[in-house]
Amino acid sequence: MGHKTEEQLLQIDYAPPKRDWTDPSVDFEARKGTWSYPGKAKNLQYMGFPNPRDWSPTDADWQLPEGWEKIIHDGFKERLEKYRSLKVFMDICVRCGACADKCHFYIGSGDPKNMPVLRAELLRSIYRQDFTTTGKLLGALGGSRKLTPEVLKEWFYYFFQCTECRRCSVFCPYGIDTAEITMLARELLNLVGLNINWVMEPVANCHRTGNHLGIEPHTFKDNIDFLMDELADITGVRCEPSINRKGAEILFVIPSADYFADPGIYTFMGYMLLFKYLDLDITLSAYASEGGNFGLFTSHDTIKKLNYKVYHEAKRLGVKWLIGGECGHMWRVLHQYMNTMNGPVDFLEVPKSPITGTVFDNARSAKIIHICEFTADLIKNGKLKLDPSRNDHRRVTFHDSCNPARAMGLFEEPRYVLKAACNHFFEMPENTIREQTFCCAGGAGLGNDENMEMRLRGGLPRGSAVRYVRDKHGVNTLSCVCAIDRATLSGLCEYWAPEVGVSGVHELLGNALVMPGENERPTDLRGTPIAAREGADHA
Amino acid sequence: MRIVLALVAVGVLAGIAWAGGQSPAMQAFLAIVAPYVAIAVFVVGIGARVIGWARSAVPFRIPTTCGQERSLSFIRFSPLDNPSSSLGAVGRMALEVLTFRSLFRNTRAELKPGGRLVYSSDKWLWAGALLFHYSFLAVFLRHYRFFVEPVPKVIAVLQGLDGFFQVGVPVFFLTSFGLIAGLGYLLARRLVDARMRYLSLPADYFPLFLLLGIALTGIGMRHLWKVDIVRVKELAIGLVNFHPAVPQGVGPLFYVHLFLVSALLAYFPFSKLVHMAGVFLSPTRNLANNNRAVRHLNPWNPPIVGHTYAEWEEEFHDKMKAAGLPLDRE
Repeated sequence: MGHKTEEQLLQIDYAPPKRDWTDPSVDFEARKGTWSYPGKAKNLQYMGFPNPRDWSPTDADWQLPEGWEKIIHDGFKERLEKYRSLKVFMDICVRCGACADKCHFYIGSGDPKNMPVLRAELLRSIYRQDFTTTGKLLGALGGSRKLTPEVLKEWFYYFFQCTECRRCSVFCPYGIDTAEITMLARELLNLVGLNINWVMEPVANCHRTGNHLGIEPHTFKDNIDFLMDELADITGVRCEPSINRKGAEILFVIPSADYFADPGIYTFMGYMLLFKYLDLDITLSAYASEGGNFGLFTSHDTIKKLNYKVYHEAKRLGVKWLIGGECGHMWRVLHQYMNTMNGPVDFLEVPKSPITGTVFDNARSAKIIHICEFTADLIKNGKLKLDPSRNDHRRVTFHDSCNPARAMGLFEEPRYVLKAACNHFFEMPENTIREQTFCCAGGAGLGNDENMEMRLRGGLPRGSAVRYVRDKHGVNTLSCVCAIDRATLSGLCEYWAPEVGVSGVHELLGNALVMPGENERPTDLRGTPIAAREGADHA
Repeated sequence: MRIVLALVAVGVLAGIAWAGGQSPAMQAFLAIVAPYVAIAVFVVGIGARVIGWARSAVPFRIPTTCGQERSLSFIRFSPLDNPSSSLGAVGRMALEVLTFRSLFRNTRAELKPGGRLVYSSDKWLWAGALLFHYSFLAVFLRHYRFFVEPVPKVIAVLQGLDGFFQVGVPVFFLTSFGLIAGLGYLLARRLVDARMRYLSLPADYFPLFLLLGIALTGIGMRHLWKVDIVRVKELAIGLVNFHPAVPQGVGPLFYVHLFLVSALLAYFPFSKLVHMAGVFLSPTRNLANNNRAVRHLNPWNPPIVGHTYAEWEEEFHDKMKAAGLPLDRE
């Protein structure tokens, strides 16, 4: 991992290789650092997924199950009937190539199979062979390929080299969405036991304990108590968030990294200060202790299975509505899937801010709002006393996380919060933000260490834009609304844009929020002296 | 290789028509049988395609959002790039189909020394695609004049506009030029750009050569090797009224033109050209981003129940009790 120097990584050859793309072979040995370890048997067994075994992509024999060709064929057929998206996307691509240089993995690697068009062709070539008459008749001339173990290996390599960020879909004249293609390709791979452990382990954990990290309820409480002690030390204000409290007005759902690891914990502190400030009737849940959902990187059924707990818990606790914290793919699920999969939620009420009276009509059916929607409304209504100068040591930019950007359109709410909480805010170049934002290259389960070379390559476009604002405006803080971002961008910045740290939006809000009865606050939530303007905050 | 293959395929089609156009037996096939078969294949084929797509479910509402969502009253949202209603989605679709909205966003990424990435606006593909599609539409509509008598006013007006500059006798149509230029650009970028060459299939070159063949023979007949237009119109009207007769003395070039058009129609439903119909069914573009406001229904929503609270509490009961967490079951 990271065994290549920056110069070596930047030797990117965009000239296509001699070898035709229809040749599926992948040399996993030579490409170490660009793929993820396979799912461990115990995790597959726990979830009841097919073909559990311990194996390695470098093995010659991947121990596919008996009749794997038929399993894939039938699985493909079933999904063509269940998903119009798949069928239409298989049929209408004209290979115009507009998507080619929109993918961060293509930009960072030059590997032509990372062009979204070719990534889809890997699947499409089999589709033509198996499901179209012309494809069958014309064979290779028509761009068809036969399904072989080599093709499956190639699928494994390239469909676990897509972060489902949807940037290509923005530029496609037909809206062909590689995220959708990758999701369904991964479903097919899962049918024969091909998946990665960095997805499977969180899935299994989440099913058992309620969260990806496998944190059990008593530890959940311990972690939060510990964080609240820290927070009291810094601010002099003791927050006592409730857990599994029945009858609370609101259930708060967050990614588990927020109460587990640096730098997410500072975002968590920000949330807690806000709720304390408002005296909000809100509860956390140790059961619904994860808003994130690695089912999204596994299969639609798994999304539904893991997300079951959110509404189930809301009903059990008798809350009126929900707020979701800062997490990217969690919001893809909460916004685009949850209501359909786990609804209808007639036992909840339309979200209404008890502080401002604002009714969140945009969430009238799903009954869940984004914390940035909630906070922006508070600020607009003058309900928060903020001292943005307490963020003066931070020169801040905002990274739009893929899913809130391209599967929701949450652009202005976090910016509204940031601009109120910070005096120094700067945008990255326009082709790298909002709907054109670049992925952290660690989403969709790829944020593991063994895949580090590919993460750094895929992170080049984001890293380059961060470096640009660092050099131009002295930016030292990359803020975002995503837990995976907070985890992966920290390492990415260290590599491509040193001296830039990563913060959640509500961490910065927490810094600025003037709490009644608070101490003089010489440091921010991280313990970094507020007065010290020189030197980057590099937690 | 893929290019040559496509070119040869079009060449063979043209050759068949050229040779056949000079034999009376084949003339009936080329002028009457082939067009009817082609139209039938086109209509049935496209119909089958659309029905096939429509029969597949839309389990989730997954628009790709390209603008601000509608949320708080004081934040301006993007009604067309991120529609919150069906009407907005119709508007988004119209913008996509009529103006190629997404292609208009196109950029080119370039890696500069030191790992600096620069993105520049790249509207050539958008312009070339628009030029081709609108020229083709105009040419298509102009041909309506062959099928009816008298020629409708609208078509005459369109033709008048198209020949606005009054160059040549007969007048050279702007869209004839547009069609050739558009096709030429779309072909050239596939040939010149190594990346495009790498990913292009014979199925990408074939329709371009076919359309170029159609356009060039059409222009040839109008300006260079003029055909007897009266005879052509008789055939066209005959075809429409189902009593066609083989036209006399129209020359082989006309048969090449007509046969390539027939080939295009018959090829259409089996090719990537179905994007014409398919774009309307793309779930990332034709749905409103209002998932939280209006519940989308999945027709095959599977009855999956996750790990229930009761099961969960069962497993962690003692630890929770020790930690003082509330329990449903004491």
